[in-house]
Amino acid sequence: MGRILLLRSWHGLIVIMGVTIVVFVVTRMIGDPVDIMLPLEATAEQRAAFEHQLGLDRPILVQFFDYVWSLAQFDLGDSLWQNRPALEIILERLPLTLYLCFSAIAVAVLVAVPMGVIAALKPGGIIDKITVLLSLGALSVPQFWLGLLFIMVFAVQLGWLPAGGAASFKHLILPALTLAIPTMTRLVMVVRSQMMDELNAQYVKTAEAKGMPLFRIVGLHAMRNCAVPVMTLTAWEFIRILSGYTVVVETVFAWPGLGLIALQAIERQDLVLLQAIVFVIAVIVVVFNLAVDIIYKVIDPRIKLD
Amino acid sequence: MTQKLLEIDNLEVHFTTRRGVVRAVRGVSLSVGKGETLGLVGESGSGKSVTSQAAMGLVHIPGEIVGGDIRWKGQSLLGPEGHPLSRRIRGREMAMIFQDAMTSLNPLFTCGQQITEVLRYHRKMNKAQAQARALELFELVGISAPLERLNQYPFEMSGGMRQRGMIAMALACEPELLIADEPTTALDVTIQAQILELLQDLQKRLDLSIIMITHDLGVVAGLCDRVAVMYGGQIVEEASADEIFSHPAHPYTMGLLRSTPRIDGKDDRMVSIAGSPPDLLQAQQGCAFASRCPSRKAECSRDVQLKEMASRQVACRFPFSGPWSRDFKERTDHIGTR
Ligand SMILES: Nc1ncnc2c1ncn2[C@@H]1O[C@H](COP(=O)(O)OP(=O)(O)O)[C@@H](O)[C@H]1O
Ligand SMILES: [Mg+2]
Repeated sequence: MGRILLLRSWHGLIVIMGVTIVVFVVTRMIGDPVDIMLPLEATAEQRAAFEHQLGLDRPILVQFFDYVWSLAQFDLGDSLWQNRPALEIILERLPLTLYLCFSAIAVAVLVAVPMGVIAALKPGGIIDKITVLLSLGALSVPQFWLGLLFIMVFAVQLGWLPAGGAASFKHLILPALTLAIPTMTRLVMVVRSQMMDELNAQYVKTAEAKGMPLFRIVGLHAMRNCAVPVMTLTAWEFIRILSGYTVVVETVFAWPGLGLIALQAIERQDLVLLQAIVFVIAVIVVVFNLAVDIIYKVIDPRIKLD
Repeated sequence: MTQKLLEIDNLEVHFTTRRGVVRAVRGVSLSVGKGETLGLVGESGSGKSVTSQAAMGLVHIPGEIVGGDIRWKGQSLLGPEGHPLSRRIRGREMAMIFQDAMTSLNPLFTCGQQITEVLRYHRKMNKAQAQARALELFELVGISAPLERLNQYPFEMSGGMRQRGMIAMALACEPELLIADEPTTALDVTIQAQILELLQDLQKRLDLSIIMITHDLGVVAGLCDRVAVMYGGQIVEEASADEIFSHPAHPYTMGLLRSTPRIDGKDDRMVSIAGSPPDLLQAQQGCAFASRCPSRKAECSRDVQLKEMASRQVACRFPFSGPWSRDFKERTDHIGTR
């Protein structure tokens, strides 16, 4: 187990290195920070001096190794926009984003799993039909539109919940739901079809023949067999939320998390900050995947990690 | 006579499918007495599994028991009063093992966990008691290194060991009746013989009643007291095992006997039955076997009932009488005997 973990961590490190290279190249392609930072009437000398100050006049390879060397020392550089360490900014914002992501995933799982299981208990039954219909309906709604709809109804019309910010638990509800609903609909369909398959499996017949109660057969025997595919999708959804959907939803709800700051970094062409954000997200994703792999092994003893 | 444990009376089971209603079981009557071993034989698709699962209360949508009765020690297991009784009996007094122990065991739980859950649920044992009893059961069914096996997952065991594990699990609550649905079909010949031997041994030691379901008459010989032959959802012949093997009366039984390979491989003239089983979507008219029957006559297009004939029951207007092959019994006798 220990050896395998080491191997997996090594793989993770390779992924992070790959991401580092891609981010480094891409951020250097999307724009020139000098254009943004200096006034339009800046002279060529001023531009050259500024480039020199940022180290942008050095050969690209030297810049890259310098960047990697800093990373190794947990130095993600200073934000061009805010003039302070990028890591400091990220660590301020990250907890809010993780809070939002975990809340969304928790809501999605807590709704989707029981709903999918109940639908699967009676395929083609009324609950099953309603579940499928609701899922398909919700799936076709774009996320930003869903967010705007929520704001219109619950914040503007009814005035029950705040439209933006992150000051209290009330502020969490709308953005978390906006993130949760599309995930929930995809998850419901997978739980449902997976559970239907498992309930037809021969081991379920055996458990019935042993006289086990339905609750145990569904909730333990079949559920554990559904767990790996359901977890795979949940993990994938979590990563998509963390590294993508939050940008949209945090913007719509003015949720001051990492997604919002990422968008601002792009607008201000703060490539150091953007680079740092992408790097941190990549590390989180790698660590998260490592944890998921270990949980797989715990659920299904047949899974070989290497 | 011996006390009747399970009585199936004129059972009808239908499956509603997209193609229509499959009449899988069509008026089957069976009974098993205490300590008795009944063989239920027939080609695949003849309704053996559905009949036995109905007895266990395991027929669900799209299947439905639409007629007849199932009784356990005289009490009906069907209807609103029967269901709680059925639930109480299942896994305790009546247990079942299946064809493929690999798929029949939950792949994600150890064999130990799968046995102890039965003991903990039905017998309210604590963990240590259940463990001790599971160990005992593993020893009873001849599992080697039983202590280690308890912590093994099904995929870590051989086919024979898995089936022994299944048997141990079924016997956990000391049932009176064990239904074995093709328990040896997925195993190779030597392991098959060992499992049959084990069942025979357990039957004697525990005074167990067994319903042995198989498509292979060779499996039945030496193990069963009585044999019921199923065809197209009906029983076409029922008699003592000796009589079935020495004087098959129904042409289908005869066909089955002739198509049973010799277990030692020294095969002389094995003849399979020509044609295919009846379409269970259709209502039956006349004898279901008529279209495949070598001794079919015009009258066979009229309906035929299971009739008492000497010491047996046969559903045929023109049954055979007299012995067919003196040595068949000898050929299959060694199965299940030391
Ligand atoms: N779940 C089901 N849905 C539809 N038909 C079924 C189902 N289960 C069994 N049947 C029908 O019942 C018939 C008898 O099946 P079965 O009892 O399994 O046969 P056997 O065990 O004798 O091989 C089959 O021909 C099949 O068409
Ligand atoms: Mg069968």
